[in-house]
Amino acid sequence: MDFFGLFKNRKKGSGSAAKERLQFVLVHDRAGVSPELLDRLKEELMQVISKYIEIDQNEFDVQVTRTKSEDGERIVPALVANIPISKMKDPSQVDSSKEEKPQEDKNEEPKAEDAKTEDDKKDE
Amino acid sequence: MGEVIVITSGKGGVGKTTTTANIGAGLALKNKSVVMIDADIGLRNLDVVMGLENRIVYDLVDVVEGRCRTKQALIKDKRYDGLCIIPAAQTRDKNAVTPEQMKKLTEELKEEFDYVLIDCPAGIEQGFKNAVAGADKALVVTTPEVSAVRDADRIIGLLEANEIKDPQLIINRIRPQMIKKGDMMNVDDIIDILAVGLIGIVPDDENIIITTNRGEPAVADERSKAGQAYRNITARITGEKVPIMELEAPGFLSKVKKFFGVKAD
Repeated sequence: MDFFGLFKNRKKGSGSAAKERLQFVLVHDRAGVSPELLDRLKEELMQVISKYIEIDQNEFDVQVTRTKSEDGERIVPALVANIPISKMKDPSQVDSSKEEKPQEDKNEEPKAEDAKTEDDKKDE
Repeated sequence: MGEVIVITSGKGGVGKTTTTANIGAGLALKNKSVVMIDADIGLRNLDVVMGLENRIVYDLVDVVEGRCRTKQALIKDKRYDGLCIIPAAQTRDKNAVTPEQMKKLTEELKEEFDYVLIDCPAGIEQGFKNAVAGADKALVVTTPEVSAVRDADRIIGLLEANEIKDPQLIINRIRPQMIKKGDMMNVDDIIDILAVGLIGIVPDDENIIITTNRGEPAVADERSKAGQAYRNITARITGEKVPIMELEAPGFLSKVKKFFGVKAD
């Protein structure tokens, strides 16, 4: 999905409404992925990506679509995410969060993880 | 060895039979030998769209049940050299034919003909399974409406499940004026959603109703825009490279010209 296409569609008539509604309903139709599951996936993806990159959460979009397989022979379902970056995070911040990772693995304390995501939210 | 192509859509009333008739006649105009099978048992229509309804003696069910030889059920269209149809039975139902029988019949026919076109019934049940059983390729017909596109998506999934690779899309009944206003999904929108190859687009054209009233495929009508669209699709089926038709809504300037009686080009 291209940015200019989105922009163009927004101000236009019922055709774009048809497209958006279809894209939504087909998520459910294809491969039995429910909108609820996709919402949860979207939520978690957003949390993970936000650790490293500042993203535009309103424009964040995840969809199930179809694409050609690598051998070009079959058409397979694919997860497509449109994630507009609003700002790259300060490299030092990103580095520090990377350093924290091994510690998390060692500790494996859910409390520590929770604390960390809250910290990240404060950063934004 | 010929090719078996099924024309399908999921949703009814999007123009499968008209598309089959026009592609069949179009291929015959290109000197190909073609047989069209109406697989819509119980609701036969290909015969009447082609203007051959008065010439039916045997039908598809007669062939598969062995009441006649395949050759006897072929109705030759005298207007198009090399074009035949096998009509559907009108008084039976979809279960009168099995996928195995259809496969056997199409195997037999593709020895004789360059193209075997199968007009698939609407729906995804037995009739669909019969129609796709012997197909090598599939053309999916849709219109720029939510219901037709959704059903096309479902059909594309089912075709892939039946090992029919790379189905090609025909978008029928496009209205350029509505697309221009933003009140109809455009070709790119639909391709975006369905993620399949496009083999052609057909504008909404009153001539289709007129030619169908007379039992003559529009593909032979040089003045019809839809006829041109079908000629393009036919050419692409035979492997020619033809650019997708530009559909332009009449612009403001041409409207002004028309108002003042200036001949637009």
